[in-house]
Amino acid sequence: MTKIISGDEISKSINNALNDAVLYSDETAAWVSLEKIHEVCEILKNPDGLDYSFLTAISAVDYIEYFEIVYHLSSLRNNQSCVIKVKCNGRENPSIDSVTDIWQSADLQEREIWDLMGIEFKNHPNLKRILLWEGFDGHPLRKDFIG
Amino acid sequence: MSTIRTEPVTINLGPQHPSTHGVFRLRVTFDGEEIIDVEPVFGYLHRGTEKLAESRNYVQIVTLTDRMDYVASMSNNLAYVRTVEKLADIDVPERAQYIRVISVELQRIASHLMATGFLLNDLGALATPLVYCFRERERILDLFEMLCGARITLSYMRPGGVFQDAPADFWNSLNVLISDFPNYLDELESLITTNEIVLARTIGVGLLSDTQAVDSGVSGPVLRAASVKWDLRKANPYEIYDRVNFDIPIGNSGDTYDRYYVRLQEMRESIKIISQCIEQIEPGPVRTETPFFIRPPVGETYSSVEGPKGELGFYMVSDGGISPYRCKVRAPSFINLTPLKDMLTGWKMGDLIIILGSIDIVLGEVDR
Repeated sequence: MTKIISGDEISKSINNALNDAVLYSDETAAWVSLEKIHEVCEILKNPDGLDYSFLTAISAVDYIEYFEIVYHLSSLRNNQSCVIKVKCNGRENPSIDSVTDIWQSADLQEREIWDLMGIEFKNHPNLKRILLWEGFDGHPLRKDFIG
Repeated sequence: MSTIRTEPVTINLGPQHPSTHGVFRLRVTFDGEEIIDVEPVFGYLHRGTEKLAESRNYVQIVTLTDRMDYVASMSNNLAYVRTVEKLADIDVPERAQYIRVISVELQRIASHLMATGFLLNDLGALATPLVYCFRERERILDLFEMLCGARITLSYMRPGGVFQDAPADFWNSLNVLISDFPNYLDELESLITTNEIVLARTIGVGLLSDTQAVDSGVSGPVLRAASVKWDLRKANPYEIYDRVNFDIPIGNSGDTYDRYYVRLQEMRESIKIISQCIEQIEPGPVRTETPFFIRPPVGETYSSVEGPKGELGFYMVSDGGISPYRCKVRAPSFINLTPLKDMLTGWKMGDLIIILGSIDIVLGEVDR
């Protein structure tokens, strides 16, 4: 069985390597500060350390007051999985660091989030709309989108 | 000697092109015959499934999942209803779990048959091998028709079990199918596996190394062909997969041939799983009573299954209402396209078609 690493446990491991990166955590996930997400992902990917080599999914959820970006990570070698979350404030121009240079699988998924949720990924090599066409007005998965 | 001036040519492949397996468009830049750049263009079949799910109740969404990977509806149904069951804490009777495993394994065979048939079609063996694959797929669709009356958009599963128990003639036909099928696979293999033309066209073509496969998030047969032994049915057994014995076939080099051969062997393993299920299944209820409007408690969950194309996952957030607050789909076909550019660069036009075919994408799932 895949061992599900709790948010508290993964935040301890992250804090050992990088202080103050985890804002808070609970049983399900660890919330990482927006500025530190790229560094945290580098720590998580490190093959000699936690070895989360497989980025299963990136999701974005619109909670009206803020957006939440959810990273589902798996370690194929240790058969473990964990969840990292980032809160992203502001409805006008929310942005977050891209993790494409760490996991290539973030490439299309981040483009999809930009397209449908309107969250900009800084340093993404090719941040264009993916499912909708260029020139489409708005981001349909937002709760305030009127189609 | 004076050199001839050359310049790269950009060609549009698709969206209406038979070998793109749907409405997929590739903007390919060639230097002579050689591919130097690829830009996939998505979205021609985008229907906003995730948004639609936010305004439907939990039972209605089953029908939306059918229309994602429309050659493997059963697997989509399973991935979805499992997530709802986890979210709302619904138990599933044992007989329903067996029927689910039997039906998703049949679906895996049907999907792999289609992938194999179309791979040969893409190689230029027009129609004949494809019809052999479709002949057997047809028998599986007949079985599905007995289960739920539909052949493609099945909607057979419900949160808490399956729509109805399998009728008696289903079991007879299933027994006939699984006794015939290994012979059929031998016949198909004799046509392809040692075929000189197939070997020449596929071995060493479209390589994907194991490290890149993991890094780019591909899953399913494409990942396993790159010699990574990762299958959620073994790594994180769900339903009753921990009670059956089967192997995970893997490839050596991650080329197009390996991807074909892994699929072929997976079909044999699926037959093994189904026959063990038939031995183990016992009478009993097939559905837990659930309220028509399921209201899961406030919370969220991610759950995934090993679909024919790879890891098919649902991430659902509930606000306690009758429809999900957010329903995100981790679509394997979509993410499997991530390394497409690296796989295609340096190959020729004819190879492009079979490399794309060997990834086995379904556009309903890519665009959702």
